[in-house]
Amino acid sequence: MQSPLLDPTSELKPMSREILPRLTTLKDKTVGLIDISKPRGKEFLDQVELQLVSVGATVLRYSKPTFARTAPVELKQQISVECDAVIQGLAD
Amino acid sequence: MSDEPSSDIRNYRLFIKKDCPTCELIASTIEEISAALGDRIKIFVQDDPSFLSHLPNILDDSALESSYKEGITIVPTMTLANHPEVRVEGWDRAAWQEFFVGEHLFPTVGDGLPDHKPGCGSKTLDVGMPEKLKLRYENPCEARNIALSDDEDDIESCYERGWTDGLPVVPPTPLRVIRMLAGTNRDPSDIIGNIPPDNAPINIEKLAINAVMAGCKPEYMPLVIASVEAALQDKFCMHGLLCTTYFSSPVMIINGPVARHLNINSGVNALGQGHRANATIGRTLQLIIRNVGGGVPGGIDRAVMGNPGKYTYCFAEDESEKNWPTLAEDQGYDRSNSVISLFAGEGLQPILDQQSRSPDSLSKSMANSLRAVVNTKLYGLADAILIVCPEHRRVFHQAGWTKADLHEAISKQLLMPGAAIVRGVDGIAEGMPEKLKDKTIAKFRSGGLHIVTTGGTAGMFSAIISGWVASGERGSQLVSQIL
Repeated sequence: MQSPLLDPTSELKPMSREILPRLTTLKDKTVGLIDISKPRGKEFLDQVELQLVSVGATVLRYSKPTFARTAPVELKQQISVECDAVIQGLAD
Repeated sequence: MSDEPSSDIRNYRLFIKKDCPTCELIASTIEEISAALGDRIKIFVQDDPSFLSHLPNILDDSALESSYKEGITIVPTMTLANHPEVRVEGWDRAAWQEFFVGEHLFPTVGDGLPDHKPGCGSKTLDVGMPEKLKLRYENPCEARNIALSDDEDDIESCYERGWTDGLPVVPPTPLRVIRMLAGTNRDPSDIIGNIPPDNAPINIEKLAINAVMAGCKPEYMPLVIASVEAALQDKFCMHGLLCTTYFSSPVMIINGPVARHLNINSGVNALGQGHRANATIGRTLQLIIRNVGGGVPGGIDRAVMGNPGKYTYCFAEDESEKNWPTLAEDQGYDRSNSVISLFAGEGLQPILDQQSRSPDSLSKSMANSLRAVVNTKLYGLADAILIVCPEHRRVFHQAGWTKADLHEAISKQLLMPGAAIVRGVDGIAEGMPEKLKDKTIAKFRSGGLHIVTTGGTAGMFSAIISGWVASGERGSQLVSQIL
């Protein structure tokens, strides 16, 4: 186990990093759906898309080249500028 | 009758290590003492617990806890358990025999051994060990611990937490911080002041954490502390300086013995890269502003461009010319004082003059270049530091000019008729207010032009560090802090 670090800051902020503000509605928001490229992921996400569209969201679809590796930086950057929220299909 | 041991019963502690010829030499005497005193003596072995392991009162102190807590510096050391300050170090037969006055061991213990043989260094003093033991048995650090997973890269973690100036920092582990704290006698909990913009209190420990990250050596600590104290002087106006849209940031100039002791560059490339002290002492203040104060570029730091000196800007003055006063002397100190001065300034503007051989010509040349500070048509806004290179200083000195003569000549050259620089003149909208057209205006306010010498001895290149446009009482003034 590696050594801890001593906080160099004023410690006025909590130690754990804050999550971004949550969306209060999906209406008129753009939601990204990431297919991690496992079998049948597309069918599952199609159903998720239908539900999101039914509440007024716009859905953009993405996929990782392979489920074995983390998403390429370019893909993460693209999603971060195109979407208000993102849902990733993590498993089979 | 109480079963408690009487206070006049003497108990002993002996500290030894196998890797010590003196301890080996007296092994038979240690056996004799062990047999005579029984459970009234504890024998702590610092390295190899097999050493004299047949004795019943041998204790394994390879973790060095007892040795550290008793402050053992030499082995062998014999102490009184209830009065550990009473001790005999190394082998000195007469002293050991004296130590056991009142015991059966007195006065024959050690007979047959040499009169005297010095001991060895205690393992508690091995290189790097004092800090490790301090961490293990005292841990004086109070700052929040940030745990890292084994998969995390510690340097990258510092980036992700927003602790860096864009360059990598040294991860501030407790061990490194304890090592840094050894560079000062100040208590880690001593508060130095409140760091803007958040006005968060900074203590010595928090300063040391940032000094570790900047890459400082422990011996830099007194100067780093002084730099923060200087920055917090009210007349330096650190809060406004770190927020400004202008270029400026703290410039550190070091005078006196500390500059030589810490090898702060005042020679070739003095304002450039390559010297640890210059690089890290200046950087520490900037990291403190960022991390403790919360002054982050794009946050409250609204500089349009900033300047490269916002990473670090620290140099020493060349004090080799005894008849040419230093900046610290100008501020009322003498050459025996170690002084740090802070100036709100930005990057360098060169003054190339390879032709002037008379002080009159060179001072006019310098004055002409100084007109460009801020804007050639704006006077009295910013202070400045004129850095006279050693070769230019020689021109003045050999002609019999003093530093005061140079200052006076430049100041005269920098008086300007208002009509020449008011708004609109030369087809340029910028300039001094129209109401000053009939006045004579000085480029610098009284006390606003400082003269410093630094740099290599070859090259007739002086320079200007232009100051913040909010100079003087309404903004920032040069401040000095004695160590």
